[in-house]
Parts: sequence; C-alpha cells; structure tokens
Amino acid sequence: MHGILHRQKGRLTGNGLLYLGIVLILLLSGCQQGEWNNPYPASQQGKNILYSSFSQRPSHLDPVRAYSSNEYLFIGQIYEPPLQYHYLKRPYTLSPLTASQMPEVTYLDASGQVLARDAEAKDIAYSVYTIHIKPGIRFQPHPAFARDAAGQLLYRDLDEARLEHVRTLRDFKVTGSRTLTAADYVYQIKRLAHPRYTSPIQGLMNEFIVGLKDYAATLAEVDKAVGSEQWIDLRKYPLEGVEVVDELTYRIRIKGKYPQLLYWLAMPFFAPMPWEAEQFYSYPAMQSLNITLDWYPVGTGAYMLTVNNPNRQMIMVRNPNFHAMNYPAEGEAGDREAGLLVDAGKKLPFIDQVIYSLEKESIPYWNKFLQGYYDVSGISSDSFDQAIQFTSSGDTELTPLMKEKGIQLQTEVQTSTFYLGFNMLDPVVGGDSQRARLLRRAISIAVNYEEYISIFSNGRGIAAQGIIPPGIFGHREGREGINPYVYDWVNGRPQRKPIEEAKRLLAEAGYPNGRNAKTGKPLLLHLDITGGGPEDKANFDWFRKQFRKIDLELVIRNTDYNRFQEKMRKGNAQLFTWGWNADYPDPENFLFLLYGPNGKVRHHGENAANYENPEFDRLFDQMKNMPNSPERQAIIDTMVEITRRDAPWLWGLHPKQFILHHSWYMNVKPNLMAHNTLMYKRLDPALREEKRKAWNKPVVWPIGLLLLIMIISLVPAVMAYRRQEHQSAAQKGH
Amino acid sequence: MFAYILRRIFYAIPILIGVNLLTFTLFFVVNSPDDMARMHLGEKHLTPEAIEKWKHNRGYDKPLLYNDKAEGAGKFTDTIFFTKSVSLFAFRFGSADDGRDIGQDILQRMWPSLAIAVPVFIVGILFNITFALLLAFFRGTYLDVWGVILCVVLMSISALFYIIGGQYLVGKMLHLVPISGYDTGLNSFKFLILPVIIGVIGGIGAGTRWYRTIFLEEINKDYVRTARAKGLSELRVLFRHVLKNAMIPILTGAVVIIPQLFMGSLLTESFFGIPGLGSYTIDAIQSQDFAIVRAMVFLGSVAYIVGLIMTDISYTLVDPRIRLD
Repeated sequence: MHGILHRQKGRLTGNGLLYLGIVLILLLSGCQQGEWNNPYPASQQGKNILYSSFSQRPSHLDPVRAYSSNEYLFIGQIYEPPLQYHYLKRPYTLSPLTASQMPEVTYLDASGQVLARDAEAKDIAYSVYTIHIKPGIRFQPHPAFARDAAGQLLYRDLDEARLEHVRTLRDFKVTGSRTLTAADYVYQIKRLAHPRYTSPIQGLMNEFIVGLKDYAATLAEVDKAVGSEQWIDLRKYPLEGVEVVDELTYRIRIKGKYPQLLYWLAMPFFAPMPWEAEQFYSYPAMQSLNITLDWYPVGTGAYMLTVNNPNRQMIMVRNPNFHAMNYPAEGEAGDREAGLLVDAGKKLPFIDQVIYSLEKESIPYWNKFLQGYYDVSGISSDSFDQAIQFTSSGDTELTPLMKEKGIQLQTEVQTSTFYLGFNMLDPVVGGDSQRARLLRRAISIAVNYEEYISIFSNGRGIAAQGIIPPGIFGHREGREGINPYVYDWVNGRPQRKPIEEAKRLLAEAGYPNGRNAKTGKPLLLHLDITGGGPEDKANFDWFRKQFRKIDLELVIRNTDYNRFQEKMRKGNAQLFTWGWNADYPDPENFLFLLYGPNGKVRHHGENAANYENPEFDRLFDQMKNMPNSPERQAIIDTMVEITRRDAPWLWGLHPKQFILHHSWYMNVKPNLMAHNTLMYKRLDPALREEKRKAWNKPVVWPIGLLLLIMIISLVPAVMAYRRQEHQSAAQKGH
Repeated sequence: MFAYILRRIFYAIPILIGVNLLTFTLFFVVNSPDDMARMHLGEKHLTPEAIEKWKHNRGYDKPLLYNDKAEGAGKFTDTIFFTKSVSLFAFRFGSADDGRDIGQDILQRMWPSLAIAVPVFIVGILFNITFALLLAFFRGTYLDVWGVILCVVLMSISALFYIIGGQYLVGKMLHLVPISGYDTGLNSFKFLILPVIIGVIGGIGAGTRWYRTIFLEEINKDYVRTARAKGLSELRVLFRHVLKNAMIPILTGAVVIIPQLFMGSLLTESFFGIPGLGSYTIDAIQSQDFAIVRAMVFLGSVAYIVGLIMTDISYTLVDPRIRLD
C-alpha cells in the first residue's frame, strides 16, 4: 500500500516539475508579446524611443552646480544657454542658441569711455557683453508655472499637509509655462553666488563678473537674516555686473578683457532659471521628498525630464513647447558623403523619448547592445576584441560580427590630455637647470607612450606631442607638430628617438648608467599615483620597466586619492600622473595648466607641475586675449616650443573615443564640446524592431532537456528510497 | 518575554553609540571634511572659499568631537559627531551630500532589494533543507557521495561566475529573459527570475552541507530510531522529527539574516541592474558621503540586533523548554 502511494507521489513529482516548467514558459511568454528577453514593455514596441544608460547616478542637475559629463548628458538637453556649438562644423564653432545673434562686445576704459574694438588688452578696464534673446521661447510645462484663475501661482506655501499625496513631480496635476525673458538669465548668474549652493565656477567668475564677489557676501548676510529654510528672492538684490536691459536683452560686465566668456556662455552655468522654479522647489517639505531643483530641471530645451529615479531610470520626453530649430544645412568636408546632411533643414528634435537605465556593469550593457536593446555603446576593454580588430596597416576596423549586425563605428580624439608631470619644485627632477632639463628629456624619450596606448588602452589614443590636443586651435599636425626633443620625423610619421639618445642625455645630465656621476649612487625616482586594484599592478610594472630602460629605479608611491591630493597641494610629489579635460576649445584652457601664477603649491591653481617660466608667462598673458589668428598661432608655437624644451611634463596621451551604434541610429557625429546633441539624432524604430526580432528568438528546447534530466535523475533516488523503506528501523540507523 | 525584549533594546543603545563612534572615527581617519568637499566639488577651478562654503552648508565646519570654543555642553554638542549622530536614533537620516533625502532613498531602494532577497532566502532555505534531508536519508550511498561532491563544486564557484554565466546562457544564448533590468508589479517577474534562481543555486553548496551536518547529528539519535520502530515512513521521520529537532541551529543561522535582507546584494544588483540598496554603502564610501555611510552602518547594526532578538524569540517557538526571562 505504501509502495503504491509513494510511486504515485513520485509520478506526481515528475509531472509537477513538468507542469512547473510549462507554467514558467507560459508566464514568460505571456508577459511579453515579442522577444522574451526584451527588457522594455510591449507598449514601447515600434515607438520612437532612444534607449541608453548611465552607470553612475548624476550628483547634480542644477545648472549652477552640475559640471561633470554624466550630469551634462541630461541637463544639456534641458537647459539652454544663450550660445551653443555648431553640431557639425569643425573646428568647434560657437553659434547662437537662444540668443538671436552672437553677443555684442563693448570695451570700456577705467573711466567708462568706450574703446575701439581693437583696443589693447591693457587699456581695457571692462568688457560689456550685450545679449539679445529670441522672442517667443517658452519654458517646458511645469507645475512651478501653474496659476489659478486670479493669476496667482497655484503651488505656493507647500507644506507637509499640502504634499500629503505627492511622491514625485508628476503628482502635481496642473502645469503651466511662460515666455523666456532676459531676467531668467540674470537670475541664474546671480545664483552663481548663492550662499546655499556651491557653484564650481564661482571662484573663477568672481575674478571676472563685476561685483559677483561682493554679491556673494550680500547674499550670505541675507541668508543669515532670513534663515536657511526661507527662499531668497534674488530679484530683490541687484548684481552690479549683470543687468536686464529690456525683456529680451541683458548685459554682463566683466573686468578687463576675457574673450573666453563666450565659451562659458555656451555652458549650462549660464542657462536661464525662472524664479518661479526656484521658489517652487524651495519648501523644506519638498526637499524631504527629494523633489528639488537639483533633481527636477526646468528648462526650455528640446527635452524635459519626466521620470527621475537615479537609482533605476531617467526618462526625458520631447518638450512640447520647444522653439523652432532646424537641423544644420552645412558641416565640414565629408559630412554630406557620410549622410550627415540628409536631414538638413528638418525640424528638431527627431526622437520622441529617451530612456536612460542604470547599468552599473559593462558586460550586461554590452550584451544588451548586441541584442539591440541599447542603440549606442562605448567599448569597454572586456569587449574590445569582440568589437574591433586591427588591419595590417595598424588601423582599427570592426570585426565581422559587428559588420554582420550592421553596427557602425565612430572615433574621435578627445580634447583631453593624460600626462606624467614632474614637480618643478623638486630638487632632483625640477628646476630650470640644464641638468634637470636633460634628465626630464631623457625620461621623456624612455617612457614609450605608444606602447602604453597599445597595452592599456587597446590602441585608443594618440601619443601627445605637446600640451594642446587635436581639435583645439594651436595644435599642429604632421612634421611641424612633432616634439623634436622626443621624436624624429621618419617615413612621413613621428618616430620616438632611440633609447641610446635617452641614455646619452642622462649621462650629459650627470647620471651615466643611471648613477650620480659625483656620488656613484643610483638615481631613485618616485612616482606618486592613485589606484591599487589588481588591474593597476601591470600599469605600475610597466612604468618601472620604462625607467629601467635607462637604468633608473622608479619607486611607485601608491596612495589613496585624498593623500595624493594633499601631496600635490604641498608639493611633496616628485613625479605624478594627472589629466585635463577641456572646458572649451581654446588653447588658453590648456596652456594655463603651465602658467606660473596658476601654480598649485603657491597659488592653489591648476598648474600641478608648478612650472614657472617668465617668457612662457609673458606670452600667455599676450595670447590669452587674442582672437584665433596667425599671430596667435605664432605665439602658441613659441610657447609650445618652450614647454617641449623644458619638458615639465611627459606629454602623455590624448585618448580616442570609440562609439558604436546600430544602423537604425543616425546623424551620429562625435561632438566633444556640445551638450545638446540629442536633438540632432534620428532613429528608425521599424528597422530596430525587425532586427531585434531576428536577433532574439527564444531557444526553449534546453529547458525541456533540463526538465528531462531532472526527472531521469530522480529515478535512482526513488528506487533507493523504496529500497530503504523496506529496510528495518535498525538497518536504517546505519 | 516583554521584559527580556525591553532589556535587550536598552542593551542595544550603548552598542549603537559604540558602532556610531567607531564608524565616525574610521571614516574621519581616512577622510577629512576638506577631502569630502574636494571630492564633491571636483578639482577644476576649486578655491579654498568654495571648500569652506561647502563645509559650512553641510555642517562640516565644526570640530569633529570636541569644541573648545563652545561653552558648557556645547563643547560636545556643537561638534560634527554629535550633530550628525543624534538624529540617527530617531531614524532621521538627513540629507546625503548631494542633497537627496537618505530616508527617502532607502525607502525607495529597499523594495527592489527585498524583491530578490526574500525569494532567494525562502526558496533557498526550503531547497537546501530538503536537499540536505535527502542526502541525510541517502547517507553512505553513492547518491550522498555525489550530492556532497556537487555541493563542494557549487561552493567552489565564485558568485560572479554564476551571475555572468547565468546571464550569458539564459539571457544571451537562449534569449529567455532580459539580461538585466527591473520593473515593478507583475512585469518584475521576468527580471527577477534569473537573479533569484542564480541566488538560490549559488547558496545550495554551503547551505546544504551545513544542514546535512546538522541532520546527520540528529539522525542517529534514539528518538529517531523509536520513530522508525513505530513504523513511520522515512519522509515522515525526516520532516516531522529530525527537522523539528534540528531547528535550533538552523534558526541561529537563518533568522538573524531576515532583518538584513532589505540591504540587498552588491554583486547581484549591480549586474542585474536592480535599483536596490546593495551598492548604496559602497558608492557612498567611494564618494566620501559620510551621511549615507553612517546611516547605513547604523541601520545594519539595528537590523543585526533585531535579528539576534528575533532569533532568541524563535528558539522559544521551536523548543518549549526555552524561556526568555
């Protein structure tokens, strides 16, 4: 009787598993009409939606605070400063965005008299930028603008009781909008000095915008007086250097001549901020719900952020109030052939919605890209070999797998530089002596950055010939662009000088065979570096190997980031690695990294090497205010030559950006300066659907096989169980 | 029992203060408020004034533990330690350094963590106990030997391998579920099934071996032989008698984990794109966000203490001889 019962149970167990498997499959197929592995809801199929990701949640979306690329990815599409970079033209060219024309600049002397446009920089006491805004631009629909029948703002005095049913911004049912005015731009400039925000450029702008420093002090007093929970209406407090001229015109008065201000006017720091938005978000009850201006931007741009869950997903949709803007009708040579002018003159934006999902790891991101669930991807080192191969001439191209999928590759040398610096205050490697200069030059030859790029960056970069990267005015290509102290021009390309030359320079410097000629002691150098993961070990070993080529011993001092920063501030590092990413495409933004009065130890500036050269500094002062011209190029050439000769840096590398995108994603041209590039992109959702279907057919038979194996594996267990059941209690105990 | 629980809660207070002090000390040994400001403001165009302003706005411009410029109790209360710690005991975690309310973030992120951790915990414990009982049942046979070998193999494989392998096989090759992602409600099923299965499989080796050891200790006791002599089926003996008597060590290991389930799993959540709490603390340490670090360590300590109390209470439920006085 027991035996029969158990046999029935055994069968039930096997059937149960089978049923479970069938139910599982039905559930899976039921929850998805299309591909089973599609991470997006069926309702999004065929829609004009761009799918992208973010790996790290942005820290700030308030344009007065945001400064990093993962923040600009979002706010660049939402906030509109008066100027922008042309999407296609190279070299990077500024053009009006919300401004009706490029700003008018007037130079004044100390007495306020207008000077000629070609006045000497030393005579210019003030520059006044007058900016005219296009009429009729409207802000995105937002509850901050909602008004009642009496014209009063609807959402005022928001306390916990009024916010009882509010969890996100979408819970405010009524929205409004209004026209953009010059006052909104002025309001934002005032916010740079706001005591409750810490704008990364406030210190810099204090030096230029007239009265900004005093304004910060005034607002600090106001803040103390009203208390930290009370909103400060900046409209009540005028800022000397910024004024509203009329509804569509405002002026910025800066000290001296600073032509680079135009570039800052293309950054979100100078985007408009409606006072209603700041007031709306200012209530403490809103902040405790994480509904703040720092998380819910309010702009006039092509897109607006409708879902902001930085732990999972951020969604931007087309701004229904976006003003008329068309795809550019001209670009640089080759753009037409590349199909980048097919949409010339068409109304922007093309894409309806953009969904950014949090993807912390590169492997799942890459696999989803290959399945067609992301439209665009970078290439991590893990997947590089799968995506890219090298031709016999050393060029890169897509692998057959990528080509088969129709994936396309875009590359661009970034306007960044990663270098190895010498601390010029160090008694061994620093200073202006010929001994130190020759030592630095010898090391410059020995450390082979071509090899570094090949090993550690999969060839994604170019060895730097100087401080200015390609794409920035002042950079020279070809023979005239090489660093003659490190390279020779051989067969139409730069070739690093032989290691014997480095050894010769080292001996000339007084260190034959890496030993001090006077004391006989080996020369020991110290490289301060951050990192320490297993992947960094190979990097450290490589650096040691490079120095060993000229018989120098390199000690790697691996420290955490805080200690490294401290060493740099105090000038305790000897050699160090550092990098710089351009704020704007002007040589001043790179050459100032070696400007003496910008030294890190003495002046808390960005000159981490603490390099000082009076001639270089004089030329910098002359060059920084000049327009791009042959005269400016000549000065830059001299400055670059000085720095190459003195070699305060090993010039390191300029990284190369590799972007892969599917065939249904169009108008892709890397633009390293512009932030509002999303509106130019176009999708073919039908093609995407077709490809996704073809690439993601579910393979079900292994599940059946697995179930079968499980059932079969139960047979011996059931038999053994039955055997045991027929044993006596004493036998079972053994 | 009530008095016992109350007493344990009172004992917890000095422990939590100690944990808080330790967290504070360890954090500020490595990071100074200036370092924190630099980390958050970035390196570009940074001025000493900006650093001071950042510190002032977040209350990091006070002395760490002792304020010799203050008067009376203010010497201790007008410090970073006191101002940042005291609200924790009211479960008010304040704002992170990026301005987000920590309590809201925890509330939002704990549900996705629980959506994985609870099924993994329940299914895992049921499966492991069942599998361990079967191995105990087949002790000494080739099924037991192969079962133990399988457990050792499963234990030896890294959790990362299960995750990447599972994603590769099920998501990439077979196209059965999304490789990563998350949704709410019924739609969450397709995203959760793979991480849950992987979580369960990843825990089989260690869990089963541990439970098997417990059951083998029990299985040769006299009461088991008596049960068999009464003619009970082996399944009944195992699941009704052996399992019940082995509950104390099982509960010791299992119940203490329950309150910590909401804190999530770093690896699983990162690879599957689950917006849980798994990486919250690690991210905060990397970005030197002390507000989040102290909140999460505090919550972890509370959860652990609650877990221990729950364990004690659970003993009384499975063993009537235990009284909490």
